[in-house]
Amino acid sequence: MLFNLPVFIHLYERLNSRNDGRCRTSNPIHYVFQTDQSPSSLEPNRASRRAMSSAATTPPSVDKVDGFSRKSVRKAKQKRSQSSSQFRSQGKPIELTPLPLLKDVPAPEQPELFLKKLQQCCTVFDFMDTLSDLKMKEYKRSTLNELVDYVTVSRGYLTEQAYPEVVKMVSYNIFRTLPPSDSNEFDPEEDEPTLEASWPHLQLVYEFFIRFLESQEFQPSIAKKYIDQKFVLQLLELFDSEDPRERDYLKTVLHRIYGKFLGLRAFIRKQINNIFLRFVYETEHFNGVAELLEILGSIINGFALPLKAEHKQFLVKVLIPLHTVRSLSLFHAQLAYCIVQFLEKDPALTEPVIRGLLKFWPKTCSQKEVMYLGELEEILDVIEPTQFVKIQEPLFKQISRCVSSPHFQVAERALYYWNNEYIMSLIEENSSVILPIMFASLYRISKEHWNPAIVALVYNVLKAFMEMNSTLFDELTATYKSDRQREKKKEKEREELWKKLGDLELKRGLRSDGIIPT
Amino acid sequence: MQHKSKMAGADGDDSLYPIAVLIDELRNEDVQLRLNSIKKLSTIALALGVERTRTELLPFLTDTIYDEDEVLLALAEQLGNFTMLVGGPEYVHCLLPPLESLATVEETVVRDKAVESLRKISQEHSPVDLEVHFEPLVKRLASGDWFTSRTSACGLFSVCYPRVSSTVKAEIRQHFRTLCSDDTPMVRRAAASKLGEFAKVLELDYVKSDIISLFTALASDEQDSVRLLAVEACVSIATLLPQEDLETLVMPTLRQAAEDKSWRVRYMVADKFSELQKAVGPEITKNDLVPAFQNLLKDCEAEVRAAAANKVKEFCENLPEDSRETIIMTHILPCVKELVSDTNQHVKSALASVIMGLSTILGKDNTVEHLLPLFLAQLKDECPEVRLNIISNLDCVNEVIGIRQLSQSLLPAIVELAEDAKWRVRLAIIEYMPLLAGQLGVEFFDEKLNTLCMAWLIDHVYAIREAATCNLMKLVEKFGAEWAQNTIVPKVLGMANDPNYLHRMTTLFCINALSEVCGQDITTKQMLPVVLKMSNDQVANVRFNVAKSLQKIGPVLDSNALQTEVKPVLEKLDTDTDMDVKYFAQEAISGKYTTLSIFFLYEVASLGPRSLLVVLVLCQTHRSTMCPAECVSQCER
Repeated sequence: MLFNLPVFIHLYERLNSRNDGRCRTSNPIHYVFQTDQSPSSLEPNRASRRAMSSAATTPPSVDKVDGFSRKSVRKAKQKRSQSSSQFRSQGKPIELTPLPLLKDVPAPEQPELFLKKLQQCCTVFDFMDTLSDLKMKEYKRSTLNELVDYVTVSRGYLTEQAYPEVVKMVSYNIFRTLPPSDSNEFDPEEDEPTLEASWPHLQLVYEFFIRFLESQEFQPSIAKKYIDQKFVLQLLELFDSEDPRERDYLKTVLHRIYGKFLGLRAFIRKQINNIFLRFVYETEHFNGVAELLEILGSIINGFALPLKAEHKQFLVKVLIPLHTVRSLSLFHAQLAYCIVQFLEKDPALTEPVIRGLLKFWPKTCSQKEVMYLGELEEILDVIEPTQFVKIQEPLFKQISRCVSSPHFQVAERALYYWNNEYIMSLIEENSSVILPIMFASLYRISKEHWNPAIVALVYNVLKAFMEMNSTLFDELTATYKSDRQREKKKEKEREELWKKLGDLELKRGLRSDGIIPT
Repeated sequence: MQHKSKMAGADGDDSLYPIAVLIDELRNEDVQLRLNSIKKLSTIALALGVERTRTELLPFLTDTIYDEDEVLLALAEQLGNFTMLVGGPEYVHCLLPPLESLATVEETVVRDKAVESLRKISQEHSPVDLEVHFEPLVKRLASGDWFTSRTSACGLFSVCYPRVSSTVKAEIRQHFRTLCSDDTPMVRRAAASKLGEFAKVLELDYVKSDIISLFTALASDEQDSVRLLAVEACVSIATLLPQEDLETLVMPTLRQAAEDKSWRVRYMVADKFSELQKAVGPEITKNDLVPAFQNLLKDCEAEVRAAAANKVKEFCENLPEDSRETIIMTHILPCVKELVSDTNQHVKSALASVIMGLSTILGKDNTVEHLLPLFLAQLKDECPEVRLNIISNLDCVNEVIGIRQLSQSLLPAIVELAEDAKWRVRLAIIEYMPLLAGQLGVEFFDEKLNTLCMAWLIDHVYAIREAATCNLMKLVEKFGAEWAQNTIVPKVLGMANDPNYLHRMTTLFCINALSEVCGQDITTKQMLPVVLKMSNDQVANVRFNVAKSLQKIGPVLDSNALQTEVKPVLEKLDTDTDMDVKYFAQEAISGKYTTLSIFFLYEVASLGPRSLLVVLVLCQTHRSTMCPAECVSQCER
């Protein structure tokens, strides 16, 4: 379970380049067709409808009295909303006694002053009240800045007593219950995220913590007493933060912890599992999925071979079901990366992965279907021919359905497979199996599809097949009509069978009253 | 039962319904077809007969549980109703294996449905079968490897516990205890959500010894999603315990939950506050819940304040009578006053939806002195929802102090809402108009609100115009036809000459709504001429609405007017160039003739009781509004 260094570094660079705090989009796909609620379901009395789910993660929406103006109103107000969530005790102004600068005291006294400063920074301010404690807020900010510089450049400051104080200061500042989301159905693609109001301090605390973890003097063997399972658990919960800047820092923090604390690795993986499972099966709401997947991508890369059963289970029972989530587009790129990582490690996993994707194949969401097709192509790019043979039948049955999708983007995406040289070569090798599966839909679309671009693509595909295996192609063309008739006949037989069964039920229901529930 | 099931078994005809064909249907490649087949699984079982269902169909189902979740969901549901199809209660345990597999599936809906079916068929097990077949299944699930089976197990303990021997009971308790401290939060959540239900079937001693410790542990779980579920359980547990134990066993945990650092938990406490209050009784309410409630009303998270604000009325209502007023006046009202000017509109509107209810509890004097200023403040609130909530609850206050007290501030609020930019707000206020009119009286109404009601008729949103016509009808019901004739009918009819055809149509819609309440005289003399004149309108929509209107008001008119005035116009419209106009004219003519023919029937009815019956039937089929009353008068004769 070694950490793969190049990926690690690559990730680190990307993290750093993003630390400017700007919101980013991880995925180029942006067609979201949001279903608006029908007017009839919108009652003026919102209070009566406010049934909160048992998990209570869906706070009430912004004013919903008028179903039509909601989006536009929110667009109009450009101001970013802020929120904070410190369970604060209201009232008294906070007083901190200013301390001298670290560089102004002699070296032997520095460690103690360092501790004192850490203790001062445990004080948490209310940033929702923009007017309170202005002086002290500024003082804490400058102290934190000083601490950041100090851990970066100084030597010999990290005494054993410093560890608990650092962890305490970090915990006091970053661990908090995240505030309720501003809007009912927060859609990360549409809505502006609510930003953390206390960011001026929080950012410096994160910055300080990362420098601390990366410091040359940092000793995991001492730190592990304080950075324990409970600490990690709380850290993971923060990934739900709506503020993308915070999630970016958290990603780096968690990555460092995973890298340095071997004893916590299994625990971290398990807790991420739990977060994902809850996300998939309970709430469908968690803001940090993409970030966690990004970390997992590099973790998977470092897995030793042969893969442990635990890791395979994670793939099949957690990563694959993640595809079913409504907001897939927000983390699909990272998810697909993880999947491909697994397959590159162990090609034998190809079959369960592809079967899993086929099982969860989207039925109504064309946008998701396009994503699935994209991921499938990534998988096919690395598939071994022996694995391909195992799944070609169910796979091409699905592709044949996609090709005949009335949504041209879906059909187009599927037809692009034939532009992929490697996939083409696989198809060619197995044309005797694939051609019969694909033929009927291709033939039909070439005559019926509404979109001329699709028809043109289909002609190319048909042409390719004809060149591949002309005898089979001619055969299939010849039998196309009779095959359709046979299908129709079968359909009729089915209907008759069910009619008979229905009659029987009626008869039985009448005759032996009481025995058979109707 | 044995005999019957054999008969049913013999009925299964091998040659007609070979199992292979049926199973092929269940395996069809097309998911939709497979789903359809599964939904008709009972038919297949019927065809096979009980014995082959048991020996062939169920094993097949058990073996092939890897399918689309949608199919599995249908299967899980079907199996819950399968008892008779496998041969009655003595064979019901045959259904356990497939349901057990379904209870381990990942997809929550499937699993929940499987558990639901298992709970259902558990009732059909004999006590012996329950111990031999059902309970072992629960144990297997409870100790399953993957979390899904363990979550499913949580829902099954309470159904088998009451009907098994004491040794098995002890085992069940042990399993439940283990699951409450499970490694995965998913399982702990499932256990926490079933804690209350399980406590209810336990003997009181075990509630005290087992459940309380589990409850305490879950309520201090590291995950707030678990802790908040413990709040729900708290209600059931508190109900089960004798009063004297509550203080030591439940209250520490409840106090802690009310001050939990996670707003979700506090929200849950606020949301369940009335239930909690009832469960712990008046004494504890006075000493503990009142301060807790105050804190929730002052919570830093708007979510929590809104949930608590929603409960203000219920909480006050359920306070012990002897100290109710003092508690409200000294503890609750100060917080309520602050909420009136809360920064969050959801909090204010939650409060506005219940605050009026306090007046009945506090009586006239207190209402005038303390509540009235709050009502008035909320009536002026910047958020329309708040104002609307106040207005929609005016009736509570009316009972206590009369609406007049409010009228001065009511009016500006109503006027503003009536012109709100959101049409749903306007719609809501229109709906309260009849109520307000009734309470304010005709004079006040004429003076202040009449113009508003007329203005809605020319709103640019159809739904508002429609509601406005309906509103007029209700007002006429309240104030009478004479009032209508003097105040609204002239204005409505005046709109018939409006250049905007939508407004002209509104005249017609108003006439449709008003003709009946205004009576024959006004309809014939004032409205009908206008309608008839509009049949020459240049817009086809207006013309066919004339036809529709004539059909509508037909029953109110006398037969003379129908014959001499309405009929010619409809016949003219029947020759219109527009096909819609023609269509509705024809509709009206056939409808009109029914009305006309009813006059004939009416004559018949006077011939005798038997023919009267015929008439009544005919009247019902034609739904004439006029006839029944006429017939009734005939009956009386």
